[in-house]
Amino acid sequence: MSKPKVGFYWCASCGGCEEAVVDLAEDILKVVEAVDIAFWPVALDFKRADVEAMKDGELAACFVNGAIRTSEQEEMAELLRKKSQLLIAFGSCSHLGGVPGLANLWDRQAIFEYVYKEAPSVTNPDGVVPQEQLKLGSNGYALTLPSFRDSVKTLDQTVEVDYYLPGCPPPVKLIANAVMAILEGKLPPKGTVLAPDKALCEECPRKPTKPDKLALKELKRPHQIQIDSEKCLLAQGLLCLGPATRSGCGAPCVSANMPCTGCLGPTSRVKDYGAKALSAIASLIDAEDEKEIAAIMEQIVDPVGTFYRYSLPASLLHRRVRNLTPGPFPKGKGRD
Amino acid sequence: MSEQWEPRIVAFFCTWCTYTAADLAGISRMTYAPNGRIIRVMCSGRMDPQFVLKALADGADGVLIGGCHPGDCHYQAGNYKALRRYTLLKRVLTEMGIEPERVRLEWISASEGDRVQKVMNEMAEQIRKLGPLQLERPLPQPLPETERGAVPLPVAGRGLRG
Ligand code: SF4
Ligand code: SF4
Ligand code: SF4
Ligand code: FES
Repeated sequence: MSKPKVGFYWCASCGGCEEAVVDLAEDILKVVEAVDIAFWPVALDFKRADVEAMKDGELAACFVNGAIRTSEQEEMAELLRKKSQLLIAFGSCSHLGGVPGLANLWDRQAIFEYVYKEAPSVTNPDGVVPQEQLKLGSNGYALTLPSFRDSVKTLDQTVEVDYYLPGCPPPVKLIANAVMAILEGKLPPKGTVLAPDKALCEECPRKPTKPDKLALKELKRPHQIQIDSEKCLLAQGLLCLGPATRSGCGAPCVSANMPCTGCLGPTSRVKDYGAKALSAIASLIDAEDEKEIAAIMEQIVDPVGTFYRYSLPASLLHRRVRNLTPGPFPKGKGRD
Repeated sequence: MSEQWEPRIVAFFCTWCTYTAADLAGISRMTYAPNGRIIRVMCSGRMDPQFVLKALADGADGVLIGGCHPGDCHYQAGNYKALRRYTLLKRVLTEMGIEPERVRLEWISASEGDRVQKVMNEMAEQIRKLGPLQLERPLPQPLPETERGAVPLPVAGRGLRG
């Protein structure tokens, strides 16, 4: 019997997820032994045409990392969806929008203005910004670039996704488990996030020092205090998002004296990670007076960047609202 | 009917105070802006910030939360909890480009039917001034994640070796 074919692909990604595959170390040999890697542009020389030439469903599984930002990424997602029996969103960017998803606080125009014109390191006297099409010379030869969309999307906002491997990047143990589950055909129901459905605190080595009832008068940032390396970070006033985050990583950040920033995303019952994390932290504040509460909250310098660091596109609002001026009645917005 | 836009307000009222006050306002035949859709909650402390976002995402132009006065919460401190979450949520909403005036928290006791009338009128007026909340067309929703522990789907033929 021929070996099942798998693919790996990256969209709006930092490359860390590709690294995570390599981090499987010796285990990757087992994977290579069991499967035939039919598409992995970052490591092996494959082109889009190779995928286009495949039969539908020819790939038994395809792991896609990175968020969806350009028209080309949308096309690749659709192509890989068609050619794969299982499509797996790999990493926070693909799962929830990830760090690149924070760009949904701006739009294409604002991003182009800053990145190509205003950023202090940029010299661009002619104000050149990327064009989607450029006709060259008299023969009219056209150069094209993919279209850069206004918003970042998750993979499942683009095509149907079968499973999710959470994390920035996904922990090696979870990758290995997922690959084994696929190889053995022992998969949970479609749509499952392939990680335990419990809060990170449950597997945190500092859990025994986490008080049952926390009451915080002050929120601190890691550089402001001498961190006790044994005690629960939240109890030390650090914004540790462990209570709102899915477990499965083994709490490496916490073990390295850094609060959890929530890369594994929420557990299954939560729709909007940021709102849940915000709620969990706000509930611990020990103040009843309006002004005092506001003053403590002010210590959170960047609330959206803190609570939605990995999940803005997947949030209920998806992106920043652009139209701030009252406009006419918007067409198509159903009113009862 | 006409295309005339009317502010759509979702009002989450605590059953022990504001909801009863709204009842009282009704019994007392007070008239006030009909823009609120009232949802009863057991305590303002039950207000998950997700409820506010969900309301806004699904077409509300404003959200009103009504709870017991400080010190009067049936569950002792639910309203303080609500106030803390609300304070932080407002900062997030502002950064997300949503005017903070679209979301309001008020303490209204069971006997203050007139306050329900006043606050609802003010809120409708406020939202009218701000205009409709124009969120982007919602993106296709992902499949709901199946609850873990549910009966697994048959996966025959889906495994790589299957
Ligand atoms: S999930 Fe993290 S590691 Fe993976 S591509 Fe996104 S930013 Fe990089
Ligand atoms: S809050 Fe953070 S440090 Fe404390 S137990 Fe949870 S994950 Fe560990
Ligand atoms: S501790 Fe938090 S931020 Fe670190 S890997 Fe785990 S989930 Fe991600
Ligand atoms: S019971 Fe009314 S706010 Fe808690």
